[in-house]
Amino acid sequence: MLRENGFGSGPTSGGKTNGAPVNGDPPIRIGVYVCHCGTNIARTVDVERVTEKAGELPGVTIARDYKYMCSDPGQELIKEDIEELGLNRIVVASCSPNLHEGTFRGATAAGGLNPFFFQMVNIREHASWVHEDRESATDKAIDLVRAAVRRVHHHKALETRRVPIKPEVLVVGGGIAGISAALTLADGGKHVYLIEREASIGGHMAQFDKTFPTLDCAACILTPKMTQVRNHPNITLMTMTEVVKVDGFVGSYEVTVKHRPRFIDVSLCVGCQQCIDACVYKRGKFEDEFDAGLSMRKPIYLPNAQAVPQVVLIDPEQCIQFSSGKCKQTCVEACDRDAIFFDQEERIETLDVGAIIMATGFQTFDARRSPHYGYGIYPNVYTALEVERLVNASGPTGGEIVLRDGEKPTAVGIVHCVGSRNQKSNPWCSKVCCMYSLKLAHLIKEKTDAEVYNFYIDMRTPGKGFEEFYQRVASEGTHLIRGKVASVYQQADGDGELLVDVEDTLAGMVRRIPVDMLVLAVGLEPRYDAEEVRRTFNITCSGDGWFMERHPKLAPVDTFTDGVYLAGCCQGPKDIPETVAQAGAAAGQALALIGRGYMELEPNTAQVIAEDCSGCKTCIPLCPYQAILHDDAENRAEINEVLCKGCGVCVAACPSGSIVQNLFEDTEIYEEIEGVLAYA
Amino acid sequence: MLEQADSTVQAPQADLTSQTSAEDFEPRIVALFCNWCTYMAADLAGTSRMRYAPNVRVVRVMCSGRIDPQFVMHAFARGADGVLIGGCHPGDCHYQEGNYKALRRFRLLRRVIESLGIERERLRLEWISASEADRLRKVADEMAADIRALGPLQLSIPAEEFRNAEGAGAEIPSPEIAGETAAKEVAVP
Amino acid sequence: MKKLAYYPGCSLSGTGRAYDESLRAVFAALGEPLEELDDWNCCGATSYMSIDKGKAYALASRNLALAEREDADLLTPCNACYLVLEKTRRHLAESAEMGGRVRHALDAVGLGYAGVVRARHPLEVLTQDIGVERLKEAVKEPLKGLKIAPYYGCQIVRPYATFDDQYHPQTMDQLLKATGAKVVEYPFKTRCCGASQTGTLPEVGLHLVYRLLNEAKARGADVLAVICSLCHFNLDVYQSKVRREYDLEPIPILYFSQILGLALGVPAKKLGIDRCVVSATPVLERRAAHAA
Ligand SMILES: Cc1cc2nc3c(=O)[nH]c(=O)nc-3n(C[C@H](O)[C@H](O)[C@H](O)COP(=O)(O)OP(=O)(O)OC[C@H]3O[C@@H](n4cnc5c(N)ncnc54)[C@H](O)[C@@H]3O)c2cc1C
Ligand code: FES
Repeated sequence: MLRENGFGSGPTSGGKTNGAPVNGDPPIRIGVYVCHCGTNIARTVDVERVTEKAGELPGVTIARDYKYMCSDPGQELIKEDIEELGLNRIVVASCSPNLHEGTFRGATAAGGLNPFFFQMVNIREHASWVHEDRESATDKAIDLVRAAVRRVHHHKALETRRVPIKPEVLVVGGGIAGISAALTLADGGKHVYLIEREASIGGHMAQFDKTFPTLDCAACILTPKMTQVRNHPNITLMTMTEVVKVDGFVGSYEVTVKHRPRFIDVSLCVGCQQCIDACVYKRGKFEDEFDAGLSMRKPIYLPNAQAVPQVVLIDPEQCIQFSSGKCKQTCVEACDRDAIFFDQEERIETLDVGAIIMATGFQTFDARRSPHYGYGIYPNVYTALEVERLVNASGPTGGEIVLRDGEKPTAVGIVHCVGSRNQKSNPWCSKVCCMYSLKLAHLIKEKTDAEVYNFYIDMRTPGKGFEEFYQRVASEGTHLIRGKVASVYQQADGDGELLVDVEDTLAGMVRRIPVDMLVLAVGLEPRYDAEEVRRTFNITCSGDGWFMERHPKLAPVDTFTDGVYLAGCCQGPKDIPETVAQAGAAAGQALALIGRGYMELEPNTAQVIAEDCSGCKTCIPLCPYQAILHDDAENRAEINEVLCKGCGVCVAACPSGSIVQNLFEDTEIYEEIEGVLAYA
Repeated sequence: MLEQADSTVQAPQADLTSQTSAEDFEPRIVALFCNWCTYMAADLAGTSRMRYAPNVRVVRVMCSGRIDPQFVMHAFARGADGVLIGGCHPGDCHYQEGNYKALRRFRLLRRVIESLGIERERLRLEWISASEADRLRKVADEMAADIRALGPLQLSIPAEEFRNAEGAGAEIPSPEIAGETAAKEVAVP
Repeated sequence: MKKLAYYPGCSLSGTGRAYDESLRAVFAALGEPLEELDDWNCCGATSYMSIDKGKAYALASRNLALAEREDADLLTPCNACYLVLEKTRRHLAESAEMGGRVRHALDAVGLGYAGVVRARHPLEVLTQDIGVERLKEAVKEPLKGLKIAPYYGCQIVRPYATFDDQYHPQTMDQLLKATGAKVVEYPFKTRCCGASQTGTLPEVGLHLVYRLLNEAKARGADVLAVICSLCHFNLDVYQSKVRREYDLEPIPILYFSQILGLALGVPAKKLGIDRCVVSATPVLERRAAHAA
């Protein structure tokens, strides 16, 4: 294949690269800067030798090493050298471009050069941090620097592209994270679509009675927020809705959502519940999900007392009308608003938004997966979520803590870390279980006067007011036993009393403790469908299955997909304060994006060199964004720069080599390949 | 540029292999990684301080679909003992389907290189997501070990012809660059 | 049903003879008489593994290789044998290095093991291949009124739970229920019987035995059913010693196969019932009288 200007043109010899004349331009003068990063790089890579070698490379005018290139003086160095030495290309060998490419492009620009006359070399993440042998790490660094120096010869002046941002935001998930983010955005004057899969918003928090460490009532702080969502003019709330497809890109996402039928007209129903009373089922017959199965409900029901929207729904799997078609429809008779529609169908809708906030939360660990605790076998073994419902004043027992037989427990065990910190289930710490276990210990003691035993591995209470709360619960006489529960079994006499075999590491012995209620502090884990959801939104999961942030420290709410942000437990276990803070941060990022009105994009788009294109159309079906059109009159391809995302797939496929990609021109890549291979 | 094809410059890998004894042979592996998954995995390997074979040199492209088969041929022609292509898992490509294109090209490329006498182990395609730093480590180590066992790349046909196969000899080094390369090689201990 | 080669192991020819006799009788009564693997050898037991892994795996795998030559799975009643053979199979499949060494050793005697056949426990074969229904149909003398505590021991579910639940195994429960007997809720199903500690650290071992027996008594069991000859030995033979230390009524220990045999109408004599140290005869007679 004829490549008019391959790397064959020597770096200092002029020539031209893919259409852009270098001929006649001033000679290439490169500045190379090798960063020590304190000792992060310098410990393993001999930066002096790298600098020395860089200085010998053709085109290099100056090579320097410096303690911290990203610091102000480091950046100043670049700027001054450009001005004083007349540099026209800059190479910085330091950390990953994901961290500081922007910084050094800025410094390059500050020196008066086009920022794209810059190339970054990653000798920290890709060299000093992953190798031990100084010799080979240094050799590698030299190779990478050589590659960049050869590459940067061919760089061109480019302009970043701007895409406009639509001001609407989609928030996925109506737990406390989604609610907080939506309200912040709406208060900031942006229109929000809040999508919730269930029939009511509120998420897990709505199920709790009190919240640690302050023990304020969950409903008292959550319900007003839920109503605010309902009434906010800037929020369109859609419950029983899920996202099925996301098209487009930052600034203009086109989101397809599916509304499941509720069989009730949301705009007509006032939540009077007369239909429920009238239902042919005289008594609840199906497990109530909100009460964690501890109470029974009818096929037509209100999701919970505080539900937003306050609208009933019908479960078609349970309602007789759906199974037989022959129900007396007493509910329809009872409804004076005529709000019941058995023929409602699934509905698809598309929403146009500029940014998306993911707030899909978590699920609790299935206690059956740790069978030695006896959940699902012994009736008096409960999950924490069930007990949250028991202690809740609006729960199945009106806030009374009673066993399944109605008796008050006299001794209660709480097992921490169920499913968490365990190589067989989830290796991570779920972060909130120690605190909520202490909370439950306090509430159980307060309401029943029972002896409470907390079995913990380590007591983890880092947080404002957390340690104090732990001290308080300890002083209330809760037995805090440090050790793992080995097994749980029911006493022989059959009244359901349980024996807990546990190691007490502080007392240095194994104990057998009789309890009549055992609470399993189930950990937090990614939702069962996290993988599917992340695919829909084209974001990443970390190895443990939580949605992955762009950078664990510096971009904790961003994702690798521009314009998609994370809030709450979908990114990892956290408590409510942290969830709300993160939701605020995500909303802030979205607001910043929208407020700017546009997004700067890398100028890495592809272009067709018109004279060379033979009009073969190979590239056209390859483009995932339909950015390539065929100009019939001229018989050649044409790329719409606005639609092009810069993947380069067409460039690699073009048989005549007549498509070039900015920032990733063939020449530049060949130079890099050669550069790393030309061992010194 | 075609007229340069018959230049008298020696193929660089010929020099290098001849002066590397089998025992202390360290393979050179060019890694072409997509920006969104595998490059990120390499960054994560760094932040997690994992240790892996230093033989891999990463060249970043936006998507594995950007990888022109000629990049690979060129790397072999210029002395790479192995080429590793890294992209997002199927279904995860940042640009939807670039990795499928990469897979297609890879399948073909493997056949081509085998017909040129290059062992198939020298070219590898791996899907490594941004969180799979450990996988990256494993692949890098494995590949370094495999190629170390194979020994340096010995082209069964003259480098000259290989370069013709590579792409009608378009990417023939100019005397300047080859000179520079050759000069450096002398310094190899 | 896949072909089976019966691998009694050493203990079933010694202290566990009743297990051997009753198992053969049960399979015969079900129309599937057992054929013993020709020229089998010691499995090496758990102790050899901790001394010389290579030799231990080679020794154990010879049995698997012999069975593989006949394309038969190994019916392995002893818990320890079962664990050793299962561990060997897994380890050879996972470790190329060990696989190579063992292949070399087997090669020397003209054998080979490709991992096609495996050890199978009678509980697995009886519940999965023969089936509880078939057993139920074959029951001639339902054991109405007999209360049994099912005790599985540790090695059958730890570390591998190949055919039953690790924490709450059910296969023996199902078989015993099929005889018409009542299976009591017995939470110590998979707890340690003390194993060799009864010999080395008697105060520890005997206490463990006591806990198992006491719990079975507390649950109202007439007999305790076991599936392992070492468990049987500990719980039966050491019972008098335990009773010297602790307050405990005697409780007979029977192999689950002996109980199945009784229900299938096999005479007690052929099931080795009288080989037990703690005699089961009074309990069985009382039940029979009660039922009549
Ligand atoms: C037993 C227990 C007790 C706790 N007690 C406390 C406490 O006292 N104090 C405290 O600070 N923290 C406590 N926590 C932690 C607290 O629950 C979380 O911090 C908080 O609920 C996280 O909120 P979230 O919005 O991220 O997730 P969630 O509450 O899980 O909300 C997520 C929402 O998104 C919806 N959703 C999920 N997937 C989709 C989808 N694909 N499309 C649309 N919608 C979707 C869900 O239906 C749900 O409404 C406790 C946790 C547990 C398990
Ligand atoms: S972006 Fe990674 S393969 Fe396309």
